[in-house]
Amino acid sequence: MSTTALSQFSIPLLMGNSLNAWSDALAGFYLFGLPLGLVIIAAIPLVFIALYSLTYGVYGERKISAFMQDRLGPMEVGKWGILQTIADILKLLQKEDIVPASADKFLFVVGPGILFVGSFLAFAVLPFSPAFIGASLNVGLFFAIGIVAIEVVGILAAGWGSNNKWSLYGAVRSVAQIVSYEIPAAIALLCGAMMAGTLDMQKINILQSGSYGFAHFFLFHSPIAWLPFLIYFIASLAEVNRAPFDIPEAESELVAGYFTEYTGMKFAVIFLAEYGSMFMVSAIISIVFLGGWNSPLPNLGGVALNDWTNGPVWGALWIISKGFFFIFVQMWLRWTLPRLRVDQLMYLCWKVLTPFAFISFVLTAIWEVYRP
Amino acid sequence: MSEYFGNIKTGAVTIATGMGITLKHFFNAIHRKGDAGLDDVDYFRQVDGLCTLQYPREVIPTPANARYRLYNKIEDCIGCGQCVRACPISCIEMETIKVAPDDLAVCGKTSDGQQKKFWVPVFDIDVAKCMTCGICTTVCPTECLYHTPVADFSEFDRSNMLYHFGNLTRLEAEAKRRKLAEIQAKALADKEKKAAEAKLEKKDGE
Repeated sequence: MSTTALSQFSIPLLMGNSLNAWSDALAGFYLFGLPLGLVIIAAIPLVFIALYSLTYGVYGERKISAFMQDRLGPMEVGKWGILQTIADILKLLQKEDIVPASADKFLFVVGPGILFVGSFLAFAVLPFSPAFIGASLNVGLFFAIGIVAIEVVGILAAGWGSNNKWSLYGAVRSVAQIVSYEIPAAIALLCGAMMAGTLDMQKINILQSGSYGFAHFFLFHSPIAWLPFLIYFIASLAEVNRAPFDIPEAESELVAGYFTEYTGMKFAVIFLAEYGSMFMVSAIISIVFLGGWNSPLPNLGGVALNDWTNGPVWGALWIISKGFFFIFVQMWLRWTLPRLRVDQLMYLCWKVLTPFAFISFVLTAIWEVYRP
Repeated sequence: MSEYFGNIKTGAVTIATGMGITLKHFFNAIHRKGDAGLDDVDYFRQVDGLCTLQYPREVIPTPANARYRLYNKIEDCIGCGQCVRACPISCIEMETIKVAPDDLAVCGKTSDGQQKKFWVPVFDIDVAKCMTCGICTTVCPTECLYHTPVADFSEFDRSNMLYHFGNLTRLEAEAKRRKLAEIQAKALADKEKKAAEAKLEKKDGE
């Protein structure tokens, strides 16, 4: 796979337009012998998570949920309540950081950290644009699936360390749920990896580029590609504890689940990690099945829409908007469906999603071997 | 086995239906729900649209003849104290001073022409206690105590919930009281004097 497979609409930028040009240039940037560029590479996803969870994550969710329930949502702070989240952050910053007396201090403090690192590390292999990826691993997809599992440790540490029955129940439910749903999720992603023949995130994206736009996406690659797409989407909801799989948080039963005892910035970090992993799974599903940073617009004869809307900057726009679209669907589902019971959750995972994931796995394999 | 696939089908169909409904509401959030009241024919047709009322700026008018905050039109109050006695939770406090004969014109008449015979320096209603039962308004002979359609009168300080309706300042009340006391003392003195004179005359007559 050569980097020239990219159809580039030339944008005069300092660091060029070839694959990973921006991140490569940043990685080679040293100041006084210090790898400042690497720090910037790490900071970009961090700033992105913070900004997006601030604006789209919290404000967007409140507004979307409000509109779906015929309400207005936040309206008081700023025009249409735009500054509401800033006000909330200011409040969170002023809150006292309480560690309960009977809590396991080490686990209690370390829990949110692990949780955040788990969701943040996966951003390293997300290609934010054809020219930017944090770490161009040749096992990027595998890394992304694997590193999310670290979150389980953070959740368990937070829930156990809180020394609170609700926290512990939330943590145990959460761990059971995430560990179970990783199986259909991983098998569904494996179908995508089979279609691509690689685990490298950038290569998966390049393979889905072409002049017909969305027709090259893996979702339309084979007649059964919609099945692993759907399975991964459902399983990813469970992995990030979103409704209808939000029994670990289950407001009406467990107060707030594993982060019941958290206050102040620790609570904010858990919140950030949650919205971070929401975007992460949305980005992974759009990379594997919906072409990542590729433009969905096709070239229509002389109107070369696809060529015009591809490139490093356009790519960032496409992947972020695809991610936001799936986050919107996650919110949409949250305000539509009631919570599943624990047994229904396990039924769905082991008796529905896993067998269908295996079926789609076998069918995709057959399709890949005997493709017409 | 057919039950298994039936469940999956039901699940998919119901999720799709539910998501359709929420999406419809989401897109309908660009306009307000209509303002048709209960007695309107279109009341049940206005299902979609925002129904939030941004309270301090948008208010549903309170009915004109309902029991909300008490108000005493002190110009009409004759200080009879019926309301104080009628109030089941004693939230009205009242003090009266008898009007001196030469002050009757100053004190004036109620709007229906009744001569007021009492100054009312203190007429306090504790609206925090008041349960808006309206008994005081029914017993009021001059109908000066009535409910106003004001529903929102929350306060940050509890003492602000004590509403003062008295028509005299403290100094004025003090003056009236002194005047009354003087008149009464004078009347008493006159009476005694008269009694003494009568006694004297009686003695003289013997």
